[in-house]
Amino acid sequence: MQVFASLLAGLVFGLGLIVSGMANPAKVLGFLDLAGAWDPSLAFVMGGAIAVGAIAFFIARNRLVSLLGTPMQLPTSRAIDRRLVGGSLLFGIGWGIAGFCPGPGLVALGMGEVKALVFVVAMLAGMGLWVLFEARAGVSK
Amino acid sequence: MTIAWSTFTPWSALAGGVLIGIAAGMFVLFNGRIAGISGILGGLLKPAKGDAAWRIAFIGGLLIAPLVYALMATLPMPQIDAGYGALILAGLLVGIGTSYGSGCTSGHGVCGLSRLSPRSLVATAMFMAAGFVTVFVIRHLINA
Repeated sequence: MQVFASLLAGLVFGLGLIVSGMANPAKVLGFLDLAGAWDPSLAFVMGGAIAVGAIAFFIARNRLVSLLGTPMQLPTSRAIDRRLVGGSLLFGIGWGIAGFCPGPGLVALGMGEVKALVFVVAMLAGMGLWVLFEARAGVSK
Repeated sequence: MTIAWSTFTPWSALAGGVLIGIAAGMFVLFNGRIAGISGILGGLLKPAKGDAAWRIAFIGGLLIAPLVYALMATLPMPQIDAGYGALILAGLLVGIGTSYGSGCTSGHGVCGLSRLSPRSLVATAMFMAAGFVTVFVIRHLINA
């Protein structure tokens, strides 16, 4: 049941990325190009998602278990440190280069786009490198 | 600043955003987890017992979304202008950055802001700022 709920959430998330235009890198770059002909659409994606998400997270906040009885696993870290800032900056640079963030990369891969496959493989390589770095540094969580 | 009115699609953007919010909301209420795509995917690289199935299911849902969409309407195809070298560099940076920063547009941007996390607000401000600057440098300085 948990696996089915997960599949459904992924599917609805993916449909949202397609409907919103987020799955199209050209659209994303049009949003990130403030100095060019700016397309503000993606601000509406965030607005719509957060308006609905906020209600769900408000309900979830005081629950100890999910509706399927699994433990609530919300992040507890509050650290605003070099890792958070540096990692987010690196991610933003990568996002700005191609217009892909992780979700849209996977959805475009599902459309059979070879370029999305290249992006996703490189992204997995980046994640794998980080796992290796962390293991070597001995701070793996 | 000029607004690109010809490509501005507020209603479909809002509708898609609501779907994304519903997905993130369903996921936290039913599975008790944050719908953070980089974290869900990255977790598969450090497999723990019994931890893989839900991750694969979520990623599978994202991958089949275009097929399901195509059953209902004509699928809009993405326009990917970046070349292969740029895509590899972008992928590496996104993979390393989201791992190091513990999240991406979904985990920090959608879920984090929905639950008013100060940490996610900082992360979102950082990756948005870096995205704006990167596109400015590429489009208006390098390719000017």
